[in-house]
Amino acid sequence: MTRTHRRATTLAVAVITATLALSACAGSAPNDSSTNTLTVALQASPLNLDYTTSAGAAIPQALLYNVYEPLVKLDDAGEIIDLLAVSHTVSDDRLTYSFTLQPDVTFSNGTPLTADSVKFSLDRLKTDWTTASAAQLSSISSVDVVSDTEVTITLSAPDNTFLYNLAGPAGTIFSPDAVSDLAGTAVGTGPYEVESYATASSLELVANTDYWGGTPGLDAITINYFADTNAQSNALLSGDADAIVGLSSPQLLTQFGGDDRFAITEGTTNGEVVLSMNNARAPFSDVRVRQAVRYAIDNQAVLDTVQQGYGTLIGSMVPPTDPWYTDLTADFAYDPDRARELLAEAGQTSLDVSFAIPNQPPIVAAAQVVQSQLAEVGITATITTLEFPSVWLDQVFTRADYDLSLVNHVEPRDIVQFSTPGYYFGYSNPDADAILAAAISGTNEQFVQGMTDYARLISDDAAAEFLYLLPQLNIAVSGVTGLTENSTSQSIDLTGVTRTN
Amino acid sequence: MLPAFVRRAATLVATAVVASMAVFWLLSVVPGDPAQVALGLNASPDALAAQRAAMGLDQPLVLRYLDWIGGLFRGDFGVSVVSKLPVGPEILDKVQVTLTLVFCALVVALVIALPVGILSAIRARSADGVVVSAASQVGMSVPGFLVGMLLVTVFSVRLGWFPAGGWVAPSDNFLEFLRHVTLPALALGAVQAAVLTRYVRSAVLEILREDFIRTARSKGLRPLQALVVHGLRNAAVPVLTVTGVQLAAMLVGAVVIERVFVINGLGSMLLDRVGSRDMVAVQGIVMVLVLLVLVINTLVDVLYTAIDPRLRTRVSQ
Repeated sequence: MTRTHRRATTLAVAVITATLALSACAGSAPNDSSTNTLTVALQASPLNLDYTTSAGAAIPQALLYNVYEPLVKLDDAGEIIDLLAVSHTVSDDRLTYSFTLQPDVTFSNGTPLTADSVKFSLDRLKTDWTTASAAQLSSISSVDVVSDTEVTITLSAPDNTFLYNLAGPAGTIFSPDAVSDLAGTAVGTGPYEVESYATASSLELVANTDYWGGTPGLDAITINYFADTNAQSNALLSGDADAIVGLSSPQLLTQFGGDDRFAITEGTTNGEVVLSMNNARAPFSDVRVRQAVRYAIDNQAVLDTVQQGYGTLIGSMVPPTDPWYTDLTADFAYDPDRARELLAEAGQTSLDVSFAIPNQPPIVAAAQVVQSQLAEVGITATITTLEFPSVWLDQVFTRADYDLSLVNHVEPRDIVQFSTPGYYFGYSNPDADAILAAAISGTNEQFVQGMTDYARLISDDAAAEFLYLLPQLNIAVSGVTGLTENSTSQSIDLTGVTRTN
Repeated sequence: MLPAFVRRAATLVATAVVASMAVFWLLSVVPGDPAQVALGLNASPDALAAQRAAMGLDQPLVLRYLDWIGGLFRGDFGVSVVSKLPVGPEILDKVQVTLTLVFCALVVALVIALPVGILSAIRARSADGVVVSAASQVGMSVPGFLVGMLLVTVFSVRLGWFPAGGWVAPSDNFLEFLRHVTLPALALGAVQAAVLTRYVRSAVLEILREDFIRTARSKGLRPLQALVVHGLRNAAVPVLTVTGVQLAAMLVGAVVIERVFVINGLGSMLLDRVGSRDMVAVQGIVMVLVLLVLVINTLVDVLYTAIDPRLRTRVSQ
């Protein structure tokens, strides 16, 4: 052995020894547990802090309930409970809602909450909001201040969705003296205040020490945003984060399974993955062709392939947390022979259709399974992937230039869109519209029954194929409690989270 | 010297203006309605029309361009329709992150490529020279994001030595900065090191064949001594050319590496804003990248003449 070789060998041994020694003592334990703070890893990031003029689920996810509060909220089971209201009553004609406000509530800038703040905020829906959630409260005809702590809301027609929508972003109560820079400054009454937001990167929340509902469970919350799900789960594995709320790639769960540092929960969401068919043009204007598609799809196989089995088969556009949920999965159970029969009846034994889908990895994977199942019954679907949201919104959603599409419909209670004129489904059925209108303006019993009938009619008409409901997958380091398991509202509700270590 | 400098500056400005037209036109034909993306699903047609007007999308293309380029000359990049913040300060903030990352990656590339390239040239015929040559060939064909993901899996997730992502500015906490920059700089620099190694090797091989090296050897210098004393300066010109090109490549490569390592720099901002069709920001970022590349190329030109006096006479002719 020459001298240089010996030196190289010595060096290599030293490096390897050092490596082993370091790895032994480094350990990859999650964040130090001495402080009462939480770091959450999420995927989609807010464009800014203003959900009154900017779209995207990420803004209300971060701010609703945590920073901003409405009069009422949705709990983990999907029930409406009072928040800024101590109590509320509804008149017999279901047109007048009277709210009594929590006393001694102040906004994080020190301004007290009064009935005037409520009137100011709800009046702004018609004048300043540009995003679509404002339209959900369009049944409000007037807001009247009765006293400092009492307010009355009058509707133009009975609306069974009113309280539910009031619990969403549109019901947010703002401080009248703090709406000049909503994109950059969020002043709410909630348990946490926004300390800072670095666009698309990190949102820092700190406890509102004057919170009317008592001391918040944590001193501070950091929400870090990861456009890439691998980076998101790496952050948790390497100890840079304490929790992931709403993991979108179930494949990554295996990294956490069997590791007692982490607790995994599976709940429900409002995200129905819908195979939409353009009802407005041939061949899907023919109900038999649409029904054939529903029979041709083996939903369980799609769920197993794409979601590793995580998620729920629904058979309609209704998640199990909605009061009018009925299990319709048996109605169009997988039956390729029946599909071929229906296609033959419709005179469509060999079909070529366009399949325009968003470029999101789980959607692309699902589309490929759907494509092969459709091929089994003689439907050739040609997949085009479109950049989401921009190009998909333009081509499919706005111009309805598609035969088949596949998209995750995340908005709560969005089955009503089948009756929205001009909606990209292209579905038009006056009977369905009448059932929906009667349900929304009827008594509560009529509402639930009407919505049940509506969901069944939409399913029978095969207005679309409902592949599955996305799961809400949360992973947290042990010691973190109070994360909401189900995603029932538009908020990622962190108000009940505490740490025991 | 002055006319040469003026000519170079004029070329730079003219190229930048042409590039700005190309950028503006290309982005205007990208499909997708920015107003629709800003307001989301279920926005009413009236709201969309108002949003388009607010974004200036109802104006003719030429007017919009003149408005934008006029702003640029005043240092005004416009206001983002997405974050509702002025784009200029946002870019300034992010460009520091990206340039720091690229600089660290360049250091990594040079620290690896210079010694390895020189040694493999001197020992070209021995076994380790061949190994280096083969390894650099492999290194060139591995994409940077893959290197990044492997580094994270091994050094962050398994060993826990380095954070899996994020960024700390050197002025905030230098030690944390080093911890955060190590893996991304390695991922971005490693591939470039492989490319650079080959150029260093071939440049040095060429120099070693020159008469003046043989003369130096015959005076009794060993190969490395002869190279260090007489050869390196001569090898520097082709290596500098490649380094200039690589700097530009790393600026672009940073877009992907920043995404892998969740670094909030210019690249991440570019990807986000393309997704949300924030054209004001995208135009601004692309123009800054174009300007950076132009400035790098100009600097490389200037450095040539500093290193090699023979080029100086050619320039002034």
